[in-house]
Amino acid sequence: MDLMHILYGVSFILFGPLIGGIIVGLDRKLTARMQGRVGPPVLQPFYDIGKLFQKERIAVIYSENFWVIAYLIFIVATGMIFFAGGDLLLVIFALTLAHVFLIIGAFSSSSPYAHVGAQRELIQLMAIEPMVILTAVGMYQVTGSFFVIDILAYGGLLIFVLPGVFVGFLYVLTFKLRKSPFDLATSHHAHQELVKGLTTEFAGPTLGIYELAHLYETVMLLGFVYLFFGANPLTGIIAVILVYIIEIFVDNATTRITWQPALISAWIVTIVLGGLNLIGLYLL
Amino acid sequence: MSYLKKSPWILHYDASSCNGCDIEVLACLTPLYDVERFGIINTGNPKHADIFVITGGINEQSSVVVKNIYDQIPSPKVVVAVGICAATGGVFRECYNIKGGVNTTIPVDVYVPGCAARPESIIDGIVAALSILEEKRKAMKKGETPL
Repeated sequence: MDLMHILYGVSFILFGPLIGGIIVGLDRKLTARMQGRVGPPVLQPFYDIGKLFQKERIAVIYSENFWVIAYLIFIVATGMIFFAGGDLLLVIFALTLAHVFLIIGAFSSSSPYAHVGAQRELIQLMAIEPMVILTAVGMYQVTGSFFVIDILAYGGLLIFVLPGVFVGFLYVLTFKLRKSPFDLATSHHAHQELVKGLTTEFAGPTLGIYELAHLYETVMLLGFVYLFFGANPLTGIIAVILVYIIEIFVDNATTRITWQPALISAWIVTIVLGGLNLIGLYLL
Repeated sequence: MSYLKKSPWILHYDASSCNGCDIEVLACLTPLYDVERFGIINTGNPKHADIFVITGGINEQSSVVVKNIYDQIPSPKVVVAVGICAATGGVFRECYNIKGGVNTTIPVDVYVPGCAARPESIIDGIVAALSILEEKRKAMKKGETPL
């Protein structure tokens, strides 16, 4: 890992939320247009986070602040490892650990809404982890390395050899981006059955930190999508944009489903698409 | 720089409304009025809210709930009483179970008149509340306790 890649990693601290905020802002605008509305300004996510940091910090149990800050730190660290060209396995496990901190933060309050939200987040982690790990394994099988830097250096487009893994990753990306039909734990949309699920008890700056971490996470996950098209930067960026537009469309066109079909369908997709793709690669 | 004015999140509570004003509050969220273009979101969670929108007069049962929700909203916060019942109790004022307007329980910053209040006047009321919200933020920054 040379100095340039370390610089990429460090610049993620600054550019992560900037790019993430614009992506989420455009997302909200496009969502509004799909619903026949005007929609908020593109910079709205920045206004929201700025506002949250100007609010009073109230918490019933103060330890939740600690866990949410730990969530942010681990998300940022994960993103830095990813953009510095580090080990994909480390990225995946650190990302899981970050989410475990978030879940503990939600569990530390005594609110039943936050508790059900946290339990659903645990189920979501169970649903997506196998596919995310299969993504890393698939990339290893093709390129012979778990390092992002080596995967990008691989000559061809990974999408041609890993189409099943790519579709499977898109499926679990919907969980990660908290988009319908898999926004069980907490949703971007105002009204849901659990008040606000996982984030019910986070108020003011604590919610601001959570939202900030979500911007970092969005950018990093889209980085995963880019890896499939990494050989050609232009194709990569177009693919990331297309994938995100598809996610917005699915978000607006589907209703939220219960946890059983979410978990079972994610595992079926993992086994069928991810598994068959890897077996095919092994046999060829 | 104040971000409060650009991203006010509202919490809507029906104290004992006939549902007329509630329908109008929800009408503000429809594509025709689309308050999200001002960054306004209907949160449904007091811990995320900035503006507390109440419809209907306060009765003996809803009084405790309104006080509880108000206490859970982090400062700075403003209260908007929507409709004539929320302002004074309206035609229900003399009922045995009605305490009166919202100001019998919590301090109110903006009164939106009407039976039912029209979506345009509700949006006007929210915009009026934004400048009060900003004043409260400045007071909070100076160390004074905002209501």
